[in-house]
Amino acid sequence: MPELNEISQILRRMGTDSAVLTDSQVAHVVASGLDLLSQQEIPGVIIRSERKADVLATQITVKREAQIANPVHLCIGVLHDTGRQMIQVRLKSEQDSDAKVIAHCFFPRARNVEHAMDGVIEIESGARLLYSEGHYHGPFGGVTVLPKARVRIHPHGRYLSDFSLTSGRVGKLRIDYTVEVDAYAVAELTAKVFGHADDDIRIREEVVLSGENARSLIKTRVALEGHARAEVTGVTDGKAQGARGHVDCMEIVKDQALAQAIPIVRVSHPLAKVTHEAAIGSIDQKQLETLMAHGLTPEQAVEMVVAGLLR
Amino acid sequence: MHLLEIKNLSIQIGGQTIFDGLELAINPREIHALVGTNGSGKSSLAYVILGCEGYSPTRGEILFEGRSINALRLYERAQLGITLCWQEPARLEGISVADYLNLGRRSVDGATYLRKVGLAPELYLQRNLDKTLSGGQRKRIELASVFALTPKLALLDEPDSGIDLLSIGEIAEVIHSFKDAGASVLLITHREEMVRIADRASQLCGGKIVLTGTPAEVAEHYKSRRCTVCDGQECHHA
Repeated sequence: MPELNEISQILRRMGTDSAVLTDSQVAHVVASGLDLLSQQEIPGVIIRSERKADVLATQITVKREAQIANPVHLCIGVLHDTGRQMIQVRLKSEQDSDAKVIAHCFFPRARNVEHAMDGVIEIESGARLLYSEGHYHGPFGGVTVLPKARVRIHPHGRYLSDFSLTSGRVGKLRIDYTVEVDAYAVAELTAKVFGHADDDIRIREEVVLSGENARSLIKTRVALEGHARAEVTGVTDGKAQGARGHVDCMEIVKDQALAQAIPIVRVSHPLAKVTHEAAIGSIDQKQLETLMAHGLTPEQAVEMVVAGLLR
Repeated sequence: MHLLEIKNLSIQIGGQTIFDGLELAINPREIHALVGTNGSGKSSLAYVILGCEGYSPTRGEILFEGRSINALRLYERAQLGITLCWQEPARLEGISVADYLNLGRRSVDGATYLRKVGLAPELYLQRNLDKTLSGGQRKRIELASVFALTPKLALLDEPDSGIDLLSIGEIAEVIHSFKDAGASVLLITHREEMVRIADRASQLCGGKIVLTGTPAEVAEHYKSRRCTVCDGQECHHA
């Protein structure tokens, strides 16, 4: 199947061994546009996918107490220059399970492509889910990416997510995540994006610490050049005793790029604590001089600082 | 020939005179201590020698190995063999200690250099140079990285500050190692015991070098408040 072959090549370029799509010990879902190309379950991971009109719906369930050694790979995107992909993802980590899901999102030729993902993620008590989403974009910037997720973490659950779009043109990006964190549960949301030319980036991540001793970290790193724009909103709402949250946003701008950070911290319980830090600006001169004092040229120093920020 | 020679250096920053006709020479394979009160311009002198932004001389010449480096940019001076161990090194998110020790060189054995500054490689090589490191740890890593560069001239800006008392001896040993490796060191310090490990020393006051001599002579002069430039008025913190 030529599409699968091309997706395998893209996976390799993204640094993933494409053998994960043929390994019987690795669960996966592969879809191009609204077409489901391949799917595999493994013991402990149940996958159900179906196409409903203009939506591809996928449900992934990690069974109770299952400890999944190999990451589950979710390969979704549009290979053509034009198209629309609407994906509904229902991810459920049952009680005391442990798994990692890696989403590979590819839009190598996009000139007029829209990708919308509507995710509902539930982490049951004591479960741990690592969700890592990496993007492979082409050079044209003709893609609109609309990832939306509603996440619920039950007591003592852990959810760690990592969104990365650092190569190719971003196009238009609208991240919209809401996470509710119950007692003694932990949420860590990291997003790293590198915008070029006229890329337009908006990231909104909201965490509600609704349970006692709930913990959260929202960490955002954005680098911009050309005329790219970014607006990052990190909201943390401390509603329970002992809840602790932190919002950490750093944005580097070059050229005529424009960055904005809006950290919102709300506390409605006297024993909750939420903190934030935001730094926006050009690359710190001392960082550059530190690297140049080691013999790096100014260009190499800038490249290294940006790469480090987005690593 | 001196390794570094500064002739009649003057510089103004923000309308304020920082150096006014400063003269200084550093010999090959010499540890040269530089003392002076807070705000006397010790760090600024290091920045001028390195070529940091905003520290261009308004008058005077800086010669390195007999060649004027006034027109060279910072990284070009670094490529000639001049480097700086910052008093407060920058944090660099996402850059590992191992990568940092290899900057500007190929295949350095980072573990060797970390051990030299008293840090266990297994605990530090894979860590990032971010705010999870303490000031003292970051400083030791900076010293290790500067040593790994095998510079001809290392400008060490208070390498002993923020370092616990028990480890000062280790830092002194590292400074000697620069000389053993053929480098010269401009050692900026406030500690008399560090001044005494130098071959020569200079006192900076009022934008000038007021005395160059043996470490004992300079330390004694500094403490005696017999400065001829400020008449002891600016050197009163000795």
